[in-house]
Amino acid sequence: MHTPNTPLWEVFIRSRNGLAHKHVGSLHAADATLALQAARDIYTRRGEGLSIWVVPSAAITASDPSEKGMMFEPAESKIYRHPTFYDVPEEVGHM
Amino acid sequence: MAAASITVSETPLVLYVLRRADDALILGHRLSEWCGHAPMLEEDMALANMGLDLLGQARELYSYAANVEGRANDEDKFAYLRDVRQYRNLLLLEQPNGDFARTMVRQFLYSGFADLYWRAMMKSSDATLAAIAAKSEKESAYHLRHSSEWMVRLGDGTEESHRRAQAAINDLWAFTGEMFEVDRTERALIEAGVAVDPASLRPHWLSTVPGVISEATLTLPNSEWMQQGGRSGRHSEHLGHLLSELQSMQRTFPGVTW
Repeated sequence: MHTPNTPLWEVFIRSRNGLAHKHVGSLHAADATLALQAARDIYTRRGEGLSIWVVPSAAITASDPSEKGMMFEPAESKIYRHPTFYDVPEEVGHM
Repeated sequence: MAAASITVSETPLVLYVLRRADDALILGHRLSEWCGHAPMLEEDMALANMGLDLLGQARELYSYAANVEGRANDEDKFAYLRDVRQYRNLLLLEQPNGDFARTMVRQFLYSGFADLYWRAMMKSSDATLAAIAAKSEKESAYHLRHSSEWMVRLGDGTEESHRRAQAAINDLWAFTGEMFEVDRTERALIEAGVAVDPASLRPHWLSTVPGVISEATLTLPNSEWMQQGGRSGRHSEHLGHLLSELQSMQRTFPGVTW
């Protein structure tokens, strides 16, 4: 859809204190204020959030899918980087 | 056979609560008419959300009116089985949606009042009304913010959006006086601390609403003549059409459930 007056925004919601904002989707809005209100109306209708970020989609620099071999495959063989060899105490909570 | 209208024993408190319930139901219904028709998906959701807030307020108020009345009426009967003359809502709220600008101007003019009203009603000596006010105030505060943002963008937007918003203000302004009306029924409730004197809210309303309108590069009409009648059941021709749609199922199939 071509919407010159309503660019695309990415929406991030933090559901609880202590958690990180998570990408939940996108929407069209004329400016940041209306984008924030639209995000509230579309993505927090069922009590999903305590905090919202909206970011112009155009401001996001994304990795190139055709470079995924170079970008991500080298990490696959480094299992020693996974913290699975440690027991995480329950009191630590979310990490 | 079509279901007949109920009779309501309109004691002052029942009447007072029904007036506010009717405000919420009728405006909520108007907003629901936008469902699937708004200019953009995001606004479709925003309008439906506001409509649902208002429907929730209406339900609580009707239930309370039924309790106070203490007869066989309930929220459904109040909504579905009263005719036009028994409805007590503000004339402003039954005015047709028109274009998006008109819907937003109507919302802005009313929410500017409703937000002040519910905030003041949190101090009502009636515990139920105070509780409903505490919940409704948060909703109306958001409705005011959302409609204010749109006022500025429509008024200060394109030539067309400005023209449409200004036309809506010119047409709807005469319906705003009714919000501040007090009749004898309400006077007694105001003195008892149950109700808020809407006249006391007017200075605040007049110090905020024109500010947004002028920020939106729009102007208020000079006319001071105001429409009246909704609170005593004298409505514009639009309410009958609205109710015939709202009530068609219950009138045609009395007591139907699904």
